[in-house]
Amino acid sequence: MMKKRNFLLLTAALIFLSAGLYGGGQKESEPVHIKMATTTSTENSGLLAELLPAFLEEKNIQIDVIAVGTGKAITHGENGDVDLILVHAPAKEDAFVADGFGVNRRDVMHNDFVIIGPADDPAGIAGMTDAAAALSKISAASAPFLSRGDESGTHVKEKDLWKDAGISPAGIWYKETGQGMGTVLTMVGEIQGYTLTDRGTWLAMKDNLDLKILVEGDGRLFNPYGIIAVNPELHSHVNYDGAMAFIDYITSVEGQDIIRNFKKGGEQLFFPDAVQ
Amino acid sequence: MNVLTEAFKLILSGDPELVEICLTSLRFSAISIVLASLAGIPLGFFLKLRDFPGRKMVLVVINSLMALPTVVVGLFVYSLVARSGPLGSLGLLFTPVAVIIGQFILVLPIVTSMVHGRVSEMDPRLPETLRTLGASGPRYYFMLVREMKGSIASAVLAGFGRVIGEVGVSMMLGGNIRWYTRTITTTISLETSKGEFELGLALGIILMMIAFLLNFLTHRLVRYE
Repeated sequence: MMKKRNFLLLTAALIFLSAGLYGGGQKESEPVHIKMATTTSTENSGLLAELLPAFLEEKNIQIDVIAVGTGKAITHGENGDVDLILVHAPAKEDAFVADGFGVNRRDVMHNDFVIIGPADDPAGIAGMTDAAAALSKISAASAPFLSRGDESGTHVKEKDLWKDAGISPAGIWYKETGQGMGTVLTMVGEIQGYTLTDRGTWLAMKDNLDLKILVEGDGRLFNPYGIIAVNPELHSHVNYDGAMAFIDYITSVEGQDIIRNFKKGGEQLFFPDAVQ
Repeated sequence: MNVLTEAFKLILSGDPELVEICLTSLRFSAISIVLASLAGIPLGFFLKLRDFPGRKMVLVVINSLMALPTVVVGLFVYSLVARSGPLGSLGLLFTPVAVIIGQFILVLPIVTSMVHGRVSEMDPRLPETLRTLGASGPRYYFMLVREMKGSIASAVLAGFGRVIGEVGVSMMLGGNIRWYTRTITTTISLETSKGEFELGLALGIILMMIAFLLNFLTHRLVRYE
């Protein structure tokens, strides 16, 4: 009896261990893995799930995606913990390249930011086309506004808009959450407050939210995404060739077509910029 | 009810990604708990059976470490394995190895402390009896462990419960990479952030079913009280 039990336990342990040694779902010729830090919007919207398998098929390079805010993604790049970054904060991207952390920045695509809020719109901003003026009205009404508060691209854009409005937001109505875009949208829906969001995440989630777009179309709400390889001179271990292969791919006609054809509920989420 | 239906639909669908996520969770947890047991069980016995200066202090420290927040373990290992850290050249960040190192550190104090606690409660006549029966050296310890197998199994299971349910270490050190380091808990976290609460809860139910099954099987195999 004892022997049998031991045998069963040992078998179970061996199954676990062998499962650990041989990962599931592997291909015959093991693809090269490279790491890309990116924003939550590209991953959560499902765009990367379209692009990456096509790239894997073509080049046998598997991109491991670490989806974080733009601020953290850039930090991972600076530290050489990833091979490339796909982010949306042009000023920070330029600094990243100027400081020697990244090379070969390319424009990939854009969408835009929108200000969303409850349908009854207590701050009365619906239909405005000046985003900074809309924020002023929210502040004046002390209507609840949820900020990402995480140095993400969206947070950086939001801070720029507050600066344009000449307001440093503070008070119980201004809530810094430190959460990703999806979580913030859910919170905004519960609180029935306002927030700035990228249109892609909004489109992906709006069916579950009792909210609507109130402000859009301000030129300042343009939201461009750039892709940058980590500088191999600075971090000799990075897979520079792999990173460049993906940069080539995402800016190629094929890659740009995938971006153009990516839709949620019939609406296009991202607009390609490398090939018009 | 919706959530339960969703959970069962998910399980029955046999979706390859879901299977892979569950296997990844099991794989990480199993490897880290095996390693932590290999170190923690002898350490637990050692701390009870051998006296040395500072032993009490070591016990207090190990017991305190049971309260380690996963995010602190994550940060600590992160600072070690990031490119700028002392082990940076190995390139371990955002790989399964980093997750397993973190989980090992997380769970080692739990296994050690629980084994020590159970050994402390054992019949004091047991070591004596084994000695009288002529056991000595490695054979003595082997017999001791065999007598205590139920207690040891419960310590290991407690540790297993901690690792398979943790999210801080897996998220920070694994990076929640699809098909690679995405586990049940990081998926729950991701789905929650996307507002997919039902899917998150369904995955939570699957995790609990796995935990239940393992506890049940171990209970049947070891018959501990």
